[in-house]
Amino acid sequence: MSEHRGVWVFSENKELLLELLGQGSELAKKLQTEVTAVALGSGAGSQANDLVAHGANKVFVVDHPILEKIHADPYVSALFTLVNKYKPEILLIGSTRRGKEIGSRLAAKLEIGCVSDCSELEIDDKGQLLMRRVVYGGNAIATETCLTKPQMATVPPRTFEKLEPKERKGEVVKADVKVEEPRTEIIETKEIEAATVKLEEAKVIIACGRGVEKKEDIKIFEELADILSGQVGYTRPLCEDRRWYTEWIGLSGHYVKPALYIAAGISGVIQHIAGIRDSQIIVAINKDPEAPIFEIADYKIVDDIYQVVPALSAALKKLKK
Amino acid sequence: MPRIFVCVKQALDVAELKIDSATRRPIIAGVPRKISDFDKNAIEEGVRIKEKIGGEVTILTVGLEEAKTTLREALAMGADKAYLISDLAFEDSDTLAVSYILAEAVKKLGEFDLIICGEGSIDSFSAQVGPRLAERLGIPQITYARKVRLEGDRVVAERSLEDCYETVRAKTPVLLAVTGEINEPRIPSLMAIMKASKKEIVIWKAEDLKISEEKVGKTGSGIEVMDVLAPKMERKQIEIKAETVEEIAENLVKALIKEGVIAR
Repeated sequence: MSEHRGVWVFSENKELLLELLGQGSELAKKLQTEVTAVALGSGAGSQANDLVAHGANKVFVVDHPILEKIHADPYVSALFTLVNKYKPEILLIGSTRRGKEIGSRLAAKLEIGCVSDCSELEIDDKGQLLMRRVVYGGNAIATETCLTKPQMATVPPRTFEKLEPKERKGEVVKADVKVEEPRTEIIETKEIEAATVKLEEAKVIIACGRGVEKKEDIKIFEELADILSGQVGYTRPLCEDRRWYTEWIGLSGHYVKPALYIAAGISGVIQHIAGIRDSQIIVAINKDPEAPIFEIADYKIVDDIYQVVPALSAALKKLKK
Repeated sequence: MPRIFVCVKQALDVAELKIDSATRRPIIAGVPRKISDFDKNAIEEGVRIKEKIGGEVTILTVGLEEAKTTLREALAMGADKAYLISDLAFEDSDTLAVSYILAEAVKKLGEFDLIICGEGSIDSFSAQVGPRLAERLGIPQITYARKVRLEGDRVVAERSLEDCYETVRAKTPVLLAVTGEINEPRIPSLMAIMKASKKEIVIWKAEDLKISEEKVGKTGSGIEVMDVLAPKMERKQIEIKAETVEEIAENLVKALIKEGVIAR
């Protein structure tokens, strides 16, 4: 059982890999072991020094032309070979959509359990990894442990902080592993506009819900967002029911944690709240005093968003003069 | 003509879940179950493919006896056959165990072209069963599919990823995990519901699939749930009231400056 040693981290997303290293280092310290990063890709070796600077005691590099595009088959085969050979105690995988399928398939191949989308990781007094994740559509947080080794979890972006880069010592190992050919072929890639991707990084978010009557009215909220150097976000009904947009805030969409979250015309179903829970300050504006969003708001305004939001823009403009 | 399997889950209707305020524990007893949202998209997509090019849609679920209602709903939506894989031994199975059970059922059903799943279930949302099943069956998968078409023995699907839409092609058999964007699931007509009520639902137990009991249920799972608690949400709950909206706006701006969340 105890042949498993060390904390391993992997993500195909470079930024997320650094965040995992940050958390991995902390877990490794508690377990008095080392943290190892796995870098896969074509030319993956170029990342190695940066990974060491961000806390990796060891970096396994698999540099292979097949890994240039991200397909599950080659990535899973490379990770499987390494994990099976070196047997880490803990394995953290970045929970992007690509990472989720890689992680799940890898867990299946290793015949082990895996806890998805962990928001907290902790080592208990027996040295066991405790993992916390949101379940039941945002209604509850489950604490789970692994009964198999390596103890495996996937972790979403921006959950943990990366370490400050500095001169550190670390070993870089070029791993010569067999990489399987993908059985899938990517025939087209369409970039999604960067603005929608950056919601998680926004300091201020003005979120629009069903209370917004027409799509062209969004400009009222965009104006406020501009003044506050923030971003406009949407709820799932505006995306899935009205089909105005494709990316929503909430469970199964974006998890956000801005300093300021202004919920405009949002009723606040639990699935939406699950995505905004970590916001520093929540302001809710809604005509309906019974709207559940008010229960989780710091500042509540029971009024018409079409009145309050322009007034807010005006008040802020006055301030800037 | 493609043979399509759709895997569905009868999930807890999380919108109906209540929290015991004293213990902060969710009250699971009495919470109705329903077909998981994205699984409806999976059924719909399977039925649409059948309507377009022919074939057969078979629904599989691992669950309790009451999951029959979910299967009836799927049949009413246009599926042809339904299998309920149910055994007391399966209780508390995690994704590791459930994907093993499903894989054994798929093997018993024989050859197929497509397996369609939803991207994740509404209650646990771990999004693991689809890719795990594909791995067990040794077939490729395309997850987060928002558009799908069959071209002979190839599947072409557009995936919705964080930074891009990626169109992927793979030779069948393939497992697809679909998003909610892919279609609008139909609401079956009364006629369709009546017709579906006459279709047979086959029930398979562990022994029908020669499932080894140590690989299912709690003993076969890789995860143990220690505790489930509602999160604490402590917010200031300050209502801003004034005669005019202008005053409301000004008061809010003042408060937000004090909080340090907007620059003055």
